[in-house]
Amino acid sequence: MFYGQRFQMMIMVREVEGSLFKLKFMRDEARKTAITNIKEIGKLEGDPTGQIDRFLEYFAISPVDLDPSGVIWRLEHMLDVRDVRFKDDVKLMAPKADDTQVNNLENMLEATLALNVIYRVIRHYYLLGRKTLSLYVIMQLQMILPLIMREAEAYAAAQKAFMLGQPIGDGAGALVAAKLMQGYEKTKVEKDMVLAQVPIEGRSAYVLKAEGPGGNVGKPGEAIRQVIEQNEGKISLAILIDAGLKLEGEKTGEVAEGVGVAIGGPEVDKYKVEEAALKNKVPVNAIIIREDIGDAVSPMRKEIVDAIDGVIDRVKRVILERTKPGDSVIIAGIGNTIGIGQ
Amino acid sequence: MFAMIMFALLLALVAIYWGFNEYLYGDPSTASFFLSVGIATLAVSTYMMYQTRKRMIRLLSVEMQPVSSTVQCVKCGFKNIREFKRGDFVFKETEEMCPKDSQKMVISAIYREVKDKEKAKEMSY
Repeated sequence: MFYGQRFQMMIMVREVEGSLFKLKFMRDEARKTAITNIKEIGKLEGDPTGQIDRFLEYFAISPVDLDPSGVIWRLEHMLDVRDVRFKDDVKLMAPKADDTQVNNLENMLEATLALNVIYRVIRHYYLLGRKTLSLYVIMQLQMILPLIMREAEAYAAAQKAFMLGQPIGDGAGALVAAKLMQGYEKTKVEKDMVLAQVPIEGRSAYVLKAEGPGGNVGKPGEAIRQVIEQNEGKISLAILIDAGLKLEGEKTGEVAEGVGVAIGGPEVDKYKVEEAALKNKVPVNAIIIREDIGDAVSPMRKEIVDAIDGVIDRVKRVILERTKPGDSVIIAGIGNTIGIGQ
Repeated sequence: MFAMIMFALLLALVAIYWGFNEYLYGDPSTASFFLSVGIATLAVSTYMMYQTRKRMIRLLSVEMQPVSSTVQCVKCGFKNIREFKRGDFVFKETEEMCPKDSQKMVISAIYREVKDKEKAKEMSY
């Protein structure tokens, strides 16, 4: 009666310890892989281990949102500074790496950083629960641990994919755009994006994606805003294609349509597209390819690759239904374009 | 678990020692009893230690299916599926030539294939 809770806690602590051990192993393996890979590609004179360890401890502080006015622009500035800082640090660690390799190494280090953060947070709550002998802290940790472990395993797989330059599930949107722009002239637009003008069903389609094959998400929001402004707002339709989270029981690679701006991550790009669409009254449609969080950051599954042609047919159908011949449309493939050229 | 295995190992060694002692200075039947118990315990604890290590390696490793690249001829559409090589990316023009018409081949897809058993587990509800 008196020690029932203690026994329960001991069992939960043992379970959490096992998962924490696995998280530590994954983090240490990821760190070792990162060091080996950077030494191999970067050919730095000296040991980059210290620089890599510093990178794994980086943090970014969000802007103040108590007064939300202008928070989007402040967030964008902070993200730009973070991006430049990360790229510069990777270039210092790997001076002999080309642009594609620098992007891939940066993505690989970010996956390692994510694993490090997950391990440190779980360890924090575990030690806090043990020190305070709080059943509720340990219980909550034990309850969410299976979901955390799934995410951690996904990041461990992602790290390997980034290291080898393999396309990941999140690149489904980019793959659709790359397929559409095959055989047409591509131009670079800001920032880290490529654009091709493709005739589709008698309409002129501005197809956008991040510039590959290095790991890159670009700034699709900025690119879409620029295309709308360059066309003086005369865009009949914008279609954004992205990977979307599936619910348990749904099949990977299922395609769904909707409305709205399908751009993930910090909502700076989403905000820009919404503002430009509102100002110029451009309807925004979305097409998503369903996959779970593990598939989104792991090497791309065959089901997702097989779904791409179906997505292209849907895009063409939406264009035929919603626009007239001679109209201009924007088709943006959203996602990390690692392993996907153009 | 590890402590229990080490304890069993220690008992096995003690039993083997007693067995040898009995064989040299005492009753051979008692010696054979101690020796057989000691050897059996040694075998079981070694097996358990091996299984524990194998289970740890399996639990710690993150298994991922192998990734394949599909290389396709731009003219006749002939496809060759091979293992992914570092440097491959979708729409990369490779140095491989089509065996049918000697035209250049391009990587049309890179993916991993999840086995049917794992898919069935995902869709079991």
